[in-house]
Amino acid sequence: MSEANTQAQHDYAIRMINLNKWYGDFHVLKDINLDVTQGERIVICGPSGSGKSTVIRCINHLEEHQKGQIIVNGEEITGDVKQLERLRTDVGMCFQHFNLFPHLSILDNLTLAPIWVRKIPKAEAEATAMKYLERVKIPDQASKYPGQLSGGQQQRVAIARSLCMNPKIMLFDEPTSALDPEMISEVLDVMIELANEGGMTMLCVTHEMGFAKQVADRVIFMDAGQIIEENTPNEFFNNPQSERTQLFLSQIIAH
Amino acid sequence: MYVTDKILPELPAPSNSKGVVHWLKSNLFSSPVNIVFTFLGLLLLYKTLPPIIQWAFIDATWVADTREECLGEGKGACWAYIGNRFGQVMYGFYPPAEYWRPNIAGILLIALTIPLFIEKMPRKVWLGAFILLVFPFIAYYLIHGGFLGLSEVGTDKWGGLMLTLIISLVGIAAALPLGIILALGRRSEMPIIKSVCVIFIEFWRGVPLISVLFMASVMLPLFLPEGSSFDKLARAMIGIILFQAAYVAEVVRGGLQAIPKGQYEAAVAMGLSYWKSMTLIILPQALKLVIPGLVNTFIALFKDTTLVLIIGLFDLLAIIENVLGSDSSWLGFFTEGLVFAAFVFWIFCFAMSRYSMALERKLDTGHRN
Repeated sequence: MSEANTQAQHDYAIRMINLNKWYGDFHVLKDINLDVTQGERIVICGPSGSGKSTVIRCINHLEEHQKGQIIVNGEEITGDVKQLERLRTDVGMCFQHFNLFPHLSILDNLTLAPIWVRKIPKAEAEATAMKYLERVKIPDQASKYPGQLSGGQQQRVAIARSLCMNPKIMLFDEPTSALDPEMISEVLDVMIELANEGGMTMLCVTHEMGFAKQVADRVIFMDAGQIIEENTPNEFFNNPQSERTQLFLSQIIAH
Repeated sequence: MYVTDKILPELPAPSNSKGVVHWLKSNLFSSPVNIVFTFLGLLLLYKTLPPIIQWAFIDATWVADTREECLGEGKGACWAYIGNRFGQVMYGFYPPAEYWRPNIAGILLIALTIPLFIEKMPRKVWLGAFILLVFPFIAYYLIHGGFLGLSEVGTDKWGGLMLTLIISLVGIAAALPLGIILALGRRSEMPIIKSVCVIFIEFWRGVPLISVLFMASVMLPLFLPEGSSFDKLARAMIGIILFQAAYVAEVVRGGLQAIPKGQYEAAVAMGLSYWKSMTLIILPQALKLVIPGLVNTFIALFKDTTLVLIIGLFDLLAIIENVLGSDSSWLGFFTEGLVFAAFVFWIFCFAMSRYSMALERKLDTGHRN
């Protein structure tokens, strides 16, 4: 019994059980229940202020939840500092504004966490970093600084930086929202490639519906701090159930 | 409709935007008012500069053994007076036979510091740690002595430029780390740490340095047990360090606040601990931002060391003002002394300022996030 239970726990990369969060008196997340299996690719969408970013920021505890449980890789997040540091090494995150470290070269951005957190020797960390820079197609920028790169290049570096830690879970928080239109596709291409490789659990907050259709196993629609609808991309886009979803989709497509 | 298939070539900028004549025209003679001010400025320089040069250089007495040689018709500044008392200006009442000891300490410090400025020098961190943690003991042994074969020279004998530099260097080296810790503490989410830091900073910023020095030298011994003695220079130094740390803390806090929250989030999201995020990500950026403010504080500290005069320590200015000024065999050259002191202070402050500018340029890695 207990063994089966553990087994079940391990099938889930992330479990959220009745997750609630408030900013002061503002109830941002209301009874979020979400199970994500290992290797699943999930797209979260919804209008701004719906709490979609907050949900994924709770997973690596950049935001603290007040009620409910989050279980990541079989371990419940308690807020304990040592546990968090350990959990976060397995959870990569890409931010809307990239958040590269502007005082470090691209290569140093990539090797910093492997060297200081994973204690990997510098030469090995650099080799890994170059491998991932090649995967995001910018190995020639390794010695430059983030300020010298375009937005699209910076976001690809940010993805490579997360991959260098070899995470089990990747969180993307609106990775293309701050980019100029002509740079969106270069970032999406990298993300699609990553998703198609499989093996890694991905949660992506995005408005890129093309991306959702192409790679997502499930699409989750949030509004006003609640999960309104979740379904396969096909059903979600072609046969939305709730009125709110229908309105949202019609507004996106109208553009 | 308009379509072009011709790509325009890049051309050099027009030549009338460069050159001396262009600079003069646009900066000094660009309008009637500017022309008037330019000539007024030239007139002022013509009236003041030649007499100063005449006094300080052309008519000056550089070498003399007695006061009388400096006096007389057409004699200018008497620099010989500084030269004859140079030992005291540099070392205060330090016994002349032992001048070699502070000299060696100074040369050693310079020799240790030079490699820090060499770009590709390996193990800089260790060298820096050695200078900060080990060198002070070596310097103390050399300058103070009293054990291992060196005779003791008490801190009451220290003075002149040597004392000014010792107080400033120790003050800067200790106030910076303490100030950084206070700044981090003030931004802490832990209420006790935060309040302690806020109270500390607000207390020390709220009292004048003179009263800190007075308390350290006059009040503190009253509270200490009878018969216990605590070196006056050490007391003054602790007072200066705590006082300046409060200022450094607020400067650094300004830098910490300017770093976007996303930097910290990105650091901890990769599993970096609080201290690693701070030392590897946040502080390097924050300190770079506040270099001008920090150097400002350090220059102020350097000049504030002159206040130790009021508790009976004789720094460079105090030596010139009180010791040399009351020397009956060289009476009447007060101006030269003050000009010399001002010049020395200016050299050091200007050097700090230039160094900080060079540092800012060197650390500039383009746009910030």
